[in-house]
Amino acid sequence: MTTIAQAKTSYQAHFSQVAKELGQDWKGWVRRLRETAISRFGEMGFPTLRDEEWKYTNVALILDTPFQPAPYDVRSLRSDMPAWVSLGSFEGSEMVFVNSHYSPEFSSLGQLPRGVEVGSLAAAVTAEARWVESHLARYACYQERAFVALNTALMQDGAFVYVPEGKVLEGPIHLLFISAAGKGATVSHPRILIVIGKGAQASIIESYTGRQDEVYFTNAVTEIVIGENAVVEHYKLQRESERAFHMATLEAHVERGGNFLSHSVSLGGALTRNEINAILDGEGCECALNGLYIASGEQHIDNHTRIDHVKPHGTSRELYKGILDGRSRGVFNGKIYVHKTAEKSDAKQTNNNLLLSRDALIDTKPQLEIYNNDVKCSHGSTIGRLDQDSIFYLRSRGIGVEAARNLLTYAFASDVINRIKVGPMREQLDQLLTAKFHGGS
Amino acid sequence: MLEIKNLHAKVAGAEILRGIDLAVNTGEVHAIMGPNGSGKSTLAHVLSGRESYEVTAGEVIFEKKNLLEMRPEERAREGVFLAFQYPVEIPGVSTTYFLKAALNAVRKHRGLEEVDAMDFLALVKEKMKLVEMDQGLLNRPINEGFSGGEKKRNEIFQMAVLDPKLAILDETDSGLDIDALRIVATGVNALRSKERAMIVITHYQRLLSYIVPDYVHVLFDGRIVKSGDKRLALELEEKGYAWIEEQLQKTQPVGF
Repeated sequence: MTTIAQAKTSYQAHFSQVAKELGQDWKGWVRRLRETAISRFGEMGFPTLRDEEWKYTNVALILDTPFQPAPYDVRSLRSDMPAWVSLGSFEGSEMVFVNSHYSPEFSSLGQLPRGVEVGSLAAAVTAEARWVESHLARYACYQERAFVALNTALMQDGAFVYVPEGKVLEGPIHLLFISAAGKGATVSHPRILIVIGKGAQASIIESYTGRQDEVYFTNAVTEIVIGENAVVEHYKLQRESERAFHMATLEAHVERGGNFLSHSVSLGGALTRNEINAILDGEGCECALNGLYIASGEQHIDNHTRIDHVKPHGTSRELYKGILDGRSRGVFNGKIYVHKTAEKSDAKQTNNNLLLSRDALIDTKPQLEIYNNDVKCSHGSTIGRLDQDSIFYLRSRGIGVEAARNLLTYAFASDVINRIKVGPMREQLDQLLTAKFHGGS
Repeated sequence: MLEIKNLHAKVAGAEILRGIDLAVNTGEVHAIMGPNGSGKSTLAHVLSGRESYEVTAGEVIFEKKNLLEMRPEERAREGVFLAFQYPVEIPGVSTTYFLKAALNAVRKHRGLEEVDAMDFLALVKEKMKLVEMDQGLLNRPINEGFSGGEKKRNEIFQMAVLDPKLAILDETDSGLDIDALRIVATGVNALRSKERAMIVITHYQRLLSYIVPDYVHVLFDGRIVKSGDKRLALELEEKGYAWIEEQLQKTQPVGF
C-alpha cells in the first residue's frame, strides 16, 4: 500500500525527471508554469473523500499503484496496433498520440483550409506559435485542482488545434490517444489546446484507448477557447482498458454568441473521472453538454460538470444518461451557476440512470446556484430499472428475454447517441452498443 | 388446437380464475364476454405467459404441447399472439426494428429463413393496408405518441405480420370510436382463416356485430358459466350481466 503522502512524493519526483529530460526543449515561460504548478500541487496534495467535490470518488485507488512516467515507444505499438486500436477512422484529419506524444507516422492530416494549424503541442510551444502562450493554462485551473496541476507540471506533449477567424472545417479532427504501458504501470498527461477564432467552426473528436488488459493512468487536460459566434462540437470517447485509470478535465471558454456542444461517452476504465466546465463569458452563448456512461463489473465512472452563466441571454442544455450493471458505480454531479450578471439565462439539466443489477449504484447530484431573479432554470434526475411491461410486450412477440432487455437498454441510450452529429462517430458508437446490448437471441 | 382444463390462477394472492374449461378448434372464433373483474384479461395474460399471474391448478394444451411450461417468447414462436388491451409505449425502439426482430425469431423457430430488409418491407406494406395504417408510424418508436385507435391498429398489424395460429384479442374494442372499430374489425376479419383460431375478449356485444363469433362464452367470477352461439351475445346485450347473476343464483344454493 502506498500512502497518499508517498504517492505525492513520487509524483513530485516525476517532475525532477521530466525537468531533466526536457532540458531546454520547452521555453522559459513553460518552465516557470510547470514550477508554479508543481509547487501548487505540493501545497494541495491529492483530494480525499472529505473534499465535497470528491465525496464519491476515491483517488486512493489510483495512488496505490506506483505509476512511472510513460515512455515514448512507438515500436512496441506498431506490430499489432490494428488488432487492438479498433476506434476506426473518421473522414477528416486524424492525429495519433502514443503516451501523449504525437506520432506523425500514424497520423493523416488530410486537406485543411489555409491558416488552420494542427499538430503537436510541444512543437507549437517550441515554434513559439503566438497564440500558445496567451492561452495555454489560462483556463484549466491548476491553482485549485490537483490533477490539473499535475498535468500542467508534467505534460510532455499533446495536441493543438488552431482555426483562425471565419474558417469552417468540413470534416472532424480526430485526436486519438493511445496508451502503451509496456512492462510496468505508466502514467501520461496528455494536454490539448484548441483555439477557435471568431465566426469559425470546427468539430473535434478526442478518443482514448489502450490494450484491454493493461494497467495505466491517463491524466488529460483539454482547454477550448471558442471565439465570438464560433461553433465548436467536441466529442470525447473514452474506451480505456478496463484496468486503467482515467482523469480528464475539459475547460471551455465561450465568448459572445459562441456555441459549444459537448458529448462525452465513457465506456472503459476501472476508475474514470470526467470534469467538464463551460464558462459562458459573453452575451447569447449557447452550450449543450451531453453524456453517456456505461459501466459494468467493478467500474467506477464519475462525471462532474459545471456551466457558468456569466453574461445575459445564455442558453444551456444538459443531458447525461448512465447505464450501470454488475457492481459498478456511477456519479453524476452537475452544477449550473448563474451569476448575478446573467439575466435571461435559460438552463435545463437532466440526468437519467438505468440500473441493470441490484448491486449497481449511482450518486446523482444536480445543483443549481442562481444569483439572478430573471432566469429560467430547471433540473431533474431519475434512477430506474428496465420496465417489466415493456419486456413482456417484446417477449409476447417472440423476442427472447435477454434480447428484449438488451433492446430496451440500447433504447435508453439512443437519444444521447442520436444527438451526435458526426455520422461516422454515431454509427460507430451505434455498432459498439448494438454489439454490447444485442448479444442475446 | 387449444384445450383449457380446470384452470385456476392467482394475481397478487387473490384467486381470479377458478376452474376454466374451454376447447378451441382450428378455424373457430370464440368470444369471451363478462363483466368487469370476471377474469377476462387474466385469462388472456395467463395464456400469453405473464409471470405475475400464478397458475395454481389445471392445464392448457396447445397443439399437443403443454403451454403453461413455455416462456412467453416460446408461446409466441409456437404461434400464440396476444393483442394487448393497453399496448405499451416503448421509446427508442422503432416499430420496424422490433417487428423484424420478432418476425425473424418466429421464423427461426419454425425452421424458416430470416427475411431480409427488402422482403420485410414488402410484407409490412401489404399488411399495413389491412388496418389502413400510415407507413410513417413504422419508423416511430413503438406506440409512442400513437392515438388509442392507432395503438389497436398496430396490434392487429403486428398480428398480420407474425401470422399466429391462435390470436387472443383482449378488449381490442375498448376506447375505439365506431370508425376505428370498423377498421380494426375489418383487419381482424381478413385474418380469419381455416388455419387460425381466435379468442375475442370483450365486455360489449358491439364488437361482435363486426367480428361474428362461432361461439360465445360468458365468464363470471372466474368460471365460464354459460356458452352458446352468437345469439347469446345479443341476449346478454339485451338483458345485461345481472341476468346471468340471477340465473346463477337460481341454479346454485345460497352461500356457494
